[in-house]
Amino acid sequence: MRARNYFVGAAFALLAGGMAHSAVAQDIKIGEINSYSLLPAFTEPYRKGWQLAVEEINAAGGINGKKLVVISKDDGGKPADAQTAANELVSSEGVAMLTGTFLSNIGLAVSDFANQKKVFFLAAEPLTDAVTWSKGNKYTFRLRPSNYMQAAMLVEAAAKLPAKRWATIAPNYEYGQSAVAVFKKLMSEKRPDIQWVDEQWPPQGKIDAGPVVQAVAAANPEAILNVTFGADLVKLVREGNTRGLFKGREVVSFLTGEPEYLDPLKDETPEGWIVTGYPWYSIKTPEHDAFLKAYQAKYNDYPRLGSIVGYQTIKAAAAILAKAGSTDPEKLITAAEGLSMPSPFGEITFRKIDHQSTLGAYVGKTALKDGKGVMVDSVYKKGADYLPSDAEVEKLRPKD
Amino acid sequence: MSVAPPLLAVEGLTKSYGGIHAVRGVSFSLRAGEILALIGPNGAGKSTCFDMLNGQNQPDTGQVRLLGEETTGKKPREIWRMGVGRTFQITATFATMTVRENVQVALISHGKQLFNLFGSAPKFERGEAGRLLELVGMGGYADRPCGELAYGDLKRLELAVALANQPKLLLMDEPTAGMAPRERVDLMRLTAQIAREKSIGVLFTEHDMDVVFEHADRIIVLNRGTLIAEGSPAEVRGNPQVQAVYLGEGLVYDARHREGASA
Amino acid sequence: MAFYVVQFLTGLASAASLFLVASGLSIIFGVTRIVNFAHGAFYMIGAYIAFTLTERLSGAFGFWGSMVLAAIAVALIGVLVEMVLLRRIYHAPELFQLLATFGLTLMVEDLVVLIWGPDDLVGRRAPGFRGAIDFFGQNIPSYDLFLIVLGPVVLGILWLLFQRTRWGVLVRAATQDRDMVAALGVNQKWLFTSVFAVGVFLAALGGALQIPRDAVHHAMDLRIIVEVFVVVVIGGLGSIVGAFVAAVLVSELNAFGILIFPKISIILVFLVMAVVLIVRPWGLFGKPEAPARKTPGLTVNPWRPLTSNERLLALAALVIAATLPLFAGNYALTVGSEIAIFVIFAVSLHFLMSVGGLASFGHAAYFGLGAYGVAFLAKMAGLPMIVCLLLGPLLGCMGAAVFGFFAVQLSGVYFAMLTLAFAQIVWSIAFQWVSVTGGDNGILGVWPEKWAGSPSHFYWLALGVAALVTIALRAMVFSPFGYALRATRDSLLRTEAIGINAKRIQWTAFVIAGTTAGIGGALFAYLKGSVFPDNLGISLSVDALVMVLLGGVETVSGAVIGAIVYKALSIWLISQTDLSKLVLGAFIMLIVVVFPKGIVGMLEMLAQRRRKSSPPGSSLLAKPIESAE
Repeated sequence: MRARNYFVGAAFALLAGGMAHSAVAQDIKIGEINSYSLLPAFTEPYRKGWQLAVEEINAAGGINGKKLVVISKDDGGKPADAQTAANELVSSEGVAMLTGTFLSNIGLAVSDFANQKKVFFLAAEPLTDAVTWSKGNKYTFRLRPSNYMQAAMLVEAAAKLPAKRWATIAPNYEYGQSAVAVFKKLMSEKRPDIQWVDEQWPPQGKIDAGPVVQAVAAANPEAILNVTFGADLVKLVREGNTRGLFKGREVVSFLTGEPEYLDPLKDETPEGWIVTGYPWYSIKTPEHDAFLKAYQAKYNDYPRLGSIVGYQTIKAAAAILAKAGSTDPEKLITAAEGLSMPSPFGEITFRKIDHQSTLGAYVGKTALKDGKGVMVDSVYKKGADYLPSDAEVEKLRPKD
Repeated sequence: MSVAPPLLAVEGLTKSYGGIHAVRGVSFSLRAGEILALIGPNGAGKSTCFDMLNGQNQPDTGQVRLLGEETTGKKPREIWRMGVGRTFQITATFATMTVRENVQVALISHGKQLFNLFGSAPKFERGEAGRLLELVGMGGYADRPCGELAYGDLKRLELAVALANQPKLLLMDEPTAGMAPRERVDLMRLTAQIAREKSIGVLFTEHDMDVVFEHADRIIVLNRGTLIAEGSPAEVRGNPQVQAVYLGEGLVYDARHREGASA
Repeated sequence: MAFYVVQFLTGLASAASLFLVASGLSIIFGVTRIVNFAHGAFYMIGAYIAFTLTERLSGAFGFWGSMVLAAIAVALIGVLVEMVLLRRIYHAPELFQLLATFGLTLMVEDLVVLIWGPDDLVGRRAPGFRGAIDFFGQNIPSYDLFLIVLGPVVLGILWLLFQRTRWGVLVRAATQDRDMVAALGVNQKWLFTSVFAVGVFLAALGGALQIPRDAVHHAMDLRIIVEVFVVVVIGGLGSIVGAFVAAVLVSELNAFGILIFPKISIILVFLVMAVVLIVRPWGLFGKPEAPARKTPGLTVNPWRPLTSNERLLALAALVIAATLPLFAGNYALTVGSEIAIFVIFAVSLHFLMSVGGLASFGHAAYFGLGAYGVAFLAKMAGLPMIVCLLLGPLLGCMGAAVFGFFAVQLSGVYFAMLTLAFAQIVWSIAFQWVSVTGGDNGILGVWPEKWAGSPSHFYWLALGVAALVTIALRAMVFSPFGYALRATRDSLLRTEAIGINAKRIQWTAFVIAGTTAGIGGALFAYLKGSVFPDNLGISLSVDALVMVLLGGVETVSGAVIGAIVYKALSIWLISQTDLSKLVLGAFIMLIVVVFPKGIVGMLEMLAQRRRKSSPPGSSLLAKPIESAE
C-alpha cells in the first residue's frame, strides 16, 4: 500500500513537474528542505507533522487570509544539493522563507546561504550549537533544543548519580564530538571528582560494535555516556546486552528516548538509561492531546519526535508570517525575535539574543513494557532553563 | 690507423634462472652496416640474449658495448636513446592510433618533445613520418587505425617506428614470424637495403632458414645457451655441429613453421 | 590477558562477516572482471529478505532456513541481473559494468524503502545463539563464536569447490585467462552466470547473517561496499584466501587499533590498503595482472582535432550558452554554473581516464582540495577572489603530485583502488581536523566578490573557465604530450622501447588532471559559498566516473556531454521527486543497455554509419554534439 502511494506520488511529481507547485499569486509560500531520500525514517514522520500543520492553518483561514503553501525539496543528505534546492526555492519559486533541514552541516550550509542572500531561515532539526552561536547569523532561527541544551538537561540528572568513572561512546563527527565536549564540560563543573576513563569514536553508521563494547568494558567505567543513534545504537545495544556491558552501570544517552530510535530496539531495549526523548504515550497536557488526536486521526499512526518538529516548524513559520504581516525578511526577523507561541509541548519563545527557540525536551528513563521500549518517569524540561546566561551567549555569537 | 670500436660488442654474456643456464658466456660483435642473424633451436637462449641487449633483462655477468659505451644496467628507453631501434616478435604498436601517429610518437620522443603540452602533434614531423612510411611501403596506410592492420603491415610499421630515431643498430626479434613467404622476402630485402644505405647494423633472430641464409652477412648459432658456430652463411651451413643440432628438429620445425605461415 | 583473547575473537567475528561478502566480490571480479558496485545492494537485499522470512517462519529450522532461502532468492535475482543486464555489456569498454551496477544500486536503495518502509528493522536473535559464553570473566557472544567457525568453513567449502570440481577448475582457469576458457569450448555465458550467482549468494548470506546483530536499513549497502572492495584489493583480486587474510587483518587491526587510537576506525582500512598497495602492488595474495587484451569491437575511430567547420559549430554552441543570462532566471543560471563546473571536473577525469587509460576512483580528492584551497586562502589569509581562484587549485595540484607519484606505479583496478584510498585519507583529514577544516561542519562564508556575485556574472565566469579548460585539455590531447600519453595507454612495452618514460608521462597527466579538477573545485567553493568534506567524498568521485562513462569513455568530447546530461538530470530529479535515485538508476541502466558506448560514442557511431552510406561532406551535420563544446 505504502509502495503504491509512493509510486503514484513519484509519477505525479514527475508528470506535473512545476505545475503542481505553481501557487496562486496571493498564496504565501514557504520553502522546505530536508533529507527525505537519505533519512526517510526521520523525515517521513516529520513530513506528516508539517502537512498536518499546513492543513490546520489553512482550515483556520490561512495566514492573514492568505493560503499557506509549503514547497518541499529533498537534499539527498548533501550540503551542496541543499543549497541548490534553497536557491531554486528562493530564486525560482519565490518563497517567503526557508525552513527545515535535519543534518547539522546542511543546516549550516542553508543558514549561510540565507545570510548571504538575505532570506529568512527557520532551521527545524539540526542540533549543532554553531547554528545559533559560533556561526549564528541574523537571518537564521532554530526550533529544536540544541546540543548544548540537551546536554545540560542530561547533566542535571547525571550529576546526581554516584558514578565517578565515566566512559563515552559517540559517533565520530561534529555532532558526537560536540555532544561529548559539552557534556564533559558541564559535568566536570558540577562534579569535579569525576574521572573520564575511556572514549570510543566509531565512525557514524559504521560501528564495529563488538570491539567497541569490549574496549569500553575493559576500562571498567561506572557510567557510560552514549551519543550513537540509529542503526549504530541498535548494534551497540545488542552487543552491550549480550556482553553484559550495561549490567551494573549507569548509562546516560542522547536522544534514545525518541520513538525514532527507541522503537526499533523492541525487546532489546536496555532498562534504566537516562535519556532525552519524546514519550508521546504519557504526555497529558491539553496542547499535546489536541495534537495527538489530530495526528492519529489523519494518519492512523502515532507521532515521532520528528512529527512534533515538523508540525511546530510550520506553525512557528505561520505565526511569524502572521505577525510580520509581510514577507519582507527584515520584518520577519523583527516579528520572530521574542515571539511566543503555543506548541504541543507548551508555550515557546524565539529568543531575541540568539534566535534559539525555548522548545524543551523530555528527560526520563528507558523501560521495557510488553516487549517494547518506553520512557518512564519522564519530565518535561523547558528549553529556557538550560541555556547559558545572556552574557555568555553574547560572547559565543558573532556580532551581526 | 687505430681500430674503431665495433658497433656492438658482446662479451661473456651469462644469465641463469634458478640453476639453469639460459645463456652462457656468449661473445660476438657487429659492424656498422652488417646484417647478423642469431639462430638456434627453440630454447637455445635467443630471446634471453636479445632481451639483455636492449635492456629488458640484465645479465648476471658479461658486458654489452655500443660503440664502446657500456649499455648493461641501462633501461630499454635509455638504450633506445643511444641509437638502438627494435621490433618485437609479437608486434607492439599503439592500437587506437593511426599508422602515422604511431610513427609520430616515436619522432616526438626522438625530438624530445614529450612534454610539449600545446604544440600540434598531428603536424609534428608529418613529412618525416610520411617519408618513413614510404620507406617501408606503408605510405598509403598513413591514416588507417593501427588496430585494423594486417599482421605483415604491422611488422612493417614497427620497422618504420624503429627507424624513427635514426638508429645505428636495429634489433629485430623474428621480424618475419607470422608472415606469408612473399612478404618475408620483401621485408628482409627492404631491411637489408635500408641497413646498407644508412649503414645501420642489424641483429635479427629468425626461424626461417631461407630468410637467414639469403639475407644475413654473417650468422651466429646458439645452442643450449652457448655459441656453437659463427661465420658466413656458407660456413655455417657446412658446420657439422650446426647440422647436428638442426638435423631433425630444426628442419622439421622449419617446414612446419612455413606451412603454418602460408596457411 | 583474557581481555586480549576476547578482543581477538571479537575481531575474528567481524572478519567472518566481512569475508563472506568479500569472497563473493572477489570471485565475481576474478572471472568476469566486473567491478560489481551492486555487491552491497545484494548484501542489503539478503538482509531484508531474511528479515521478512525470519519474522514469518518460526523455530530454529525456520530461522536458519530463512538465512539460506534468502541467499538463494537473492542469488536468483543476481542471475536475472546478469542475464538481462550484464550479459549485454561484457564487451563494452572496461568499467562500463561499474556504471550498470551503480545504476542498479541507486534503484535498490529506493526500492527497499518502498517495499520495507523507511524504519530501521531489528530482527530476531539466532535460536541457540542468544547469549554469551564466559571466558575468564569476559563475555563472548555465542553468535560471534558461530561466525568465527563459519568463516573458515565457508573458506574451506569454496576451496573444495575450486580444487575438486570441474566448475572450480574452469573458474580458476577463467580467473587466470578468460580467453583461454573461451578457446576450450566452454560455454562462457553459463560459467559467468553461475559465478555471478555464487558471488551474489555469498553477499546475500553475509547480509542475512547480520540479522541477529545489526539493524536492517536502506543504507547498509554503502556501509559495506567500499570496505569490501578494500578487503578484496588488500587480499589480491580473485584470491579467496587473500580475501580471508585481508578481512582478518583489517578487523584485528581495527579491534586493537581502537584501544590506542579510538578515532582510527574511520580511516584504518584505507591506510592499510594504501600501505599494502605501495609495498605489494597486487595485494597480499594477488598475481600481476596479465596485460589486458583488447576486447573485440574496441578499435575506436581515430581521434582527430575538430575541423574548422566543427570549430565554428562549437563556438556557436558556446555563444548560445553564453546568452543564457538574457532569458533565464537566477536559478537556471546557478544550475548552469554548477553544470559548467562539473564539465570541468568531468573533462579533467576524462583526460586521465580516456586519454591516459587511468581510471581514478578518487578524483574528487583534487576537486575538493581545490575547494579547500580557496576556502583557506579566502577565510584565513583573506585574499581577494581572483587570487584565491588562481592559487586555490594549487592545493589540488600538490595533492595530485604526491599521490599521483605512487598511484601511477600501478595500473588497472589497483590504480583505481589506490586513488580511492588516497581520496579517503584526504577526506578523513578534512573530516577530522576540525580546528583547521571545521570538520563535517565545513568552512562557511566563501562567497564571491561583487564583480562575480550576481548569478549571471558567476555563470559567465564558470562558463568561460569551463570553455578554456575544455579547449586546453582538448589541445593537449592533440599535443605531442597527448600522443605520448595515449601511447602509454596502448602499449607500455612499445613506449619504453621508443625512449618514453611512461611513468613520468602518466604522473604528469595525473598532475594536470588533478590541477584541473582543483580549478573546478575552486569555482565550486565560490558557487556554494562553503566547503564540506563531501566535496572530497566517494560519491563525488563516483559521480565523475559516471559522467565520463555516460558520455563515452572512448570519445574526446564525451565527458562534456556526460557531465551536462548527468548533472542536469540529477538536479532536476532531486528537485522533482524523493525517488530521484530510483529514476536516475533506471535511466543509467537504460543508457548502458541501449548505448554501450556512451551517449557521444553512440552518436559517433551513427554519424559514421551515415558517412559510410552517404557522400562525404554531409557528415558534418551528423556530429553537432561532439562539437558542442
